[in-house]
Amino acid sequence: MPILKVNGQSHNVAVADDAPLLFVLRNDLKLNGPKFGCGLSQCGACTVLVDGQPVRSCVTSADSVAGQEITTLEGLGTTDKPSKLQQAFIDEQAAQCGYCLNGVIMRAKALLDTTPKPTEGEVRAALDGHLCRCGAHNRIVRAVLRASRD
Amino acid sequence: MNIVTNRRHFLKTTGSLAVSFSLFDMSLVGAQQAAPVLPGDLKTSPKLSSWLRIEAGGKVRLLVGKVELGQGILTAFTQLCADELDIEPARIVITSGDTFLVPDEGVTAGSQSLSYGGVAVRQASAEARAILLDLAAKKLGVEPEKLTIKDGTISAPDGKKATYWELVTGKELEVPASGLAKIKPTAERRYIGQNMPRLDIPAKATGGQIFIQDLRPEGMLHARMVHPPAYNAKLLGLDSAKIEKMRGVVKIVRDGSFVGVIAEREEQAIAAAEALRQSSQWELPATGPSSETVHDWLLAQKTKDLFIKDSPDKSGAVPANTVEATWRRPYHMHATIGPSTALGTLGADGVMTIQTHSQSVFETGAAIAQMLDMDVAKVRCQHVQGAGCYGHNGADDVAAEVALLARAIPGRPVRLQWSRNDEHKWEPYGSAMVIKTKATLDNKGDILDWTLDLWSTSHGTRPGKKAGNLLPAWMLEKPFELPTPINNGGPNYAADRNGIALYDFPGQKVTTHFIETFAARASSTRGLGAYANVFSIEGFIDELAARAKADPVEYRLRYLKDERARAVLTKAAEMFGWDKWTAEPGKGRGIAFARYKNISTYAAVAMEVAVDKASGKVRVLRVCCAADAGELVSPDGTKNQLEGGIIQSLSWTLKEAVRFDVRGVKSEDWTSYPILTFTEVPPITIELIDRPTAPFLGAGEATQGPTGAALANAVFNATNVRFREMPFTPARVKAGLSA
Repeated sequence: MPILKVNGQSHNVAVADDAPLLFVLRNDLKLNGPKFGCGLSQCGACTVLVDGQPVRSCVTSADSVAGQEITTLEGLGTTDKPSKLQQAFIDEQAAQCGYCLNGVIMRAKALLDTTPKPTEGEVRAALDGHLCRCGAHNRIVRAVLRASRD
Repeated sequence: MNIVTNRRHFLKTTGSLAVSFSLFDMSLVGAQQAAPVLPGDLKTSPKLSSWLRIEAGGKVRLLVGKVELGQGILTAFTQLCADELDIEPARIVITSGDTFLVPDEGVTAGSQSLSYGGVAVRQASAEARAILLDLAAKKLGVEPEKLTIKDGTISAPDGKKATYWELVTGKELEVPASGLAKIKPTAERRYIGQNMPRLDIPAKATGGQIFIQDLRPEGMLHARMVHPPAYNAKLLGLDSAKIEKMRGVVKIVRDGSFVGVIAEREEQAIAAAEALRQSSQWELPATGPSSETVHDWLLAQKTKDLFIKDSPDKSGAVPANTVEATWRRPYHMHATIGPSTALGTLGADGVMTIQTHSQSVFETGAAIAQMLDMDVAKVRCQHVQGAGCYGHNGADDVAAEVALLARAIPGRPVRLQWSRNDEHKWEPYGSAMVIKTKATLDNKGDILDWTLDLWSTSHGTRPGKKAGNLLPAWMLEKPFELPTPINNGGPNYAADRNGIALYDFPGQKVTTHFIETFAARASSTRGLGAYANVFSIEGFIDELAARAKADPVEYRLRYLKDERARAVLTKAAEMFGWDKWTAEPGKGRGIAFARYKNISTYAAVAMEVAVDKASGKVRVLRVCCAADAGELVSPDGTKNQLEGGIIQSLSWTLKEAVRFDVRGVKSEDWTSYPILTFTEVPPITIELIDRPTAPFLGAGEATQGPTGAALANAVFNATNVRFREMPFTPARVKAGLSA
């Protein structure tokens, strides 16, 4: 029974050891941020940070990250009080359907933590493993660059 | 924005005093004069209270049948309502797509939500405002013209005030719209035409509860489907006894070849579905077309021929040359990022309630009712946002499947989410097409007769109130047959959308060769036939311009009479720097134009590409787009839609083709069906020509066609080789260059 540290809080989760982290976060902890997109580690919609590193939660068992610091989209800010990075997405209107935003924002957070002033090319390269079907790519890149500037 | 409206709460807050009231006495209009025609969907749902309720707590509820697909439509409706009703947007609460509560606005599709829904919201709001003004005039004893309104508070010159919430005590809005209330002139609009931030983005950027996947009703169970391996496969055997005993499994539902499993936890449902798949035996069809043979298959089928335009050149000019070309489009996926999901609950009252991200809640609900053999009044669909769909994807099928599963376990909410494999393999695709173009030319290279013939399967198999359009209904022990598809909507509308060129050629003939069967499952995909038809028309005219040694912009303008069309074409060329552009080895420029459906948004796209001749890789360097979408409610929202269309169309044209054969669809994930990624997306600039006094024109699909064609034309410009079959993969381009 893994003990998960999510967004600064510890949770004793009664699930099988091999339960995917994504389903534990979504269904047991009732977090909306990480999304099911493919279950194959191909699209990035499920991305969370584990000890600051972007991780695809759909192919990560909850047990394997027990005790580590897990950060989800909710851990960055709230709808009423978004983080600077989240606010940049709102300011740039960087979405259409917004389903990919969780993964994109979490990956961008990891980028900005290590590279506070990325070039546009670095932002694109970091996000290249995240799929967006609506074509909000350029707005998303602008939002990340805005967050790095402000 | 609340996700799902509870009906009891809703009725409690809307009031019910029986006051009969009509501001506009129709007898005053005069017997000879016809009543004004109500705009858009107000025509079919004229009662104002169907659209608007003045609610307790200083709120106004807006009820709409059109739904949010990530296109920002609910924000646009808010802008329209806020302006015409003179209230701040924060007062507006929207209920959208709940079949028990909102007006039936048909399908949210075809870039028509502003043209049909927007105009209705606008007029209904203006009518309600006039009624409220009149109520205030009576209450305050002042003539309506002397009153002013600010955020729902009506003031008289002497300082006396009345608010909307005091004035509406009962059924004052339960009257039909008169069509006489005037909408505000441009100068008085505060929100329409401004870039109001989208209402849904804050929740989406922060993990708020907004998607259908975020619904977690008490006692909810999780389900997964076990779909057949291929089209028309029949389930021969299933060894479910052991699987029934797997941890967490609540129920396995089998009906003919329909198999689904319900479990306590999501991962348990997935494990049980996988075990069922392993234990299942299927009979596959012996023969059938494949993605490799589909274009020959299209040309070999019996067709229904529709002569949608036939006006030959009557000048008597003798052609000096005849040019012909053939164009091919593969099947494309909608390929949503979030697999289709629905929740279903069979209530104690016998009502099947389905939360769905369907574009057609009413028609899908009716189709599901037929499939379940239930009274349509006992099936309630509630729209909740899903991931972007871009047309008819798996949304309706998953709703139908969850209803079959939920029926087997009354009282428990069941959530079914498709796997990535389910979505890729089972959604209806955009149909493959073959288009043949022919032109006769005079000795200067000018066009005399233009002929276009197109071959396509259906682009419209939406539920349409018929169970036979639902995927699971085909698999049942007593199956429903897929209805024979029709090329609905009249000429230039579905398979032949944009098949008629907007150019004024001396002669033009267009024939649709419509195929009533399917090689792969197909239905409405962003732009329908327009994508391939514009690809071929704009590619062919580019080809003819090159033959005539004419500039592609100038050559098009010879035949383009519509001033708004000319304006976007010249604007896109100017934005691109068309006249200043100089050729470099390996680089090329291309331009293309279309007016979507020939009645909607005008869009021209110009782009520059680099082609690596060694690898065959095409790289798009930059894209410029000029568009005219009529009056703009949200310029930024319009740009977002146009840009999204450009990127999706680049992805289709460069990379995408569904692969399948008789054993099944082989494009089953993002590796076997890759799409454009962040490092491949070029810089895009968009300029809009605002027409504040012109009707709204939907922009969601306007750039699909011109983008694909401009890309093809740019590749030709760079390589001197014309590619007429999509997608332009490195392998195809390399082969074409060395041929």
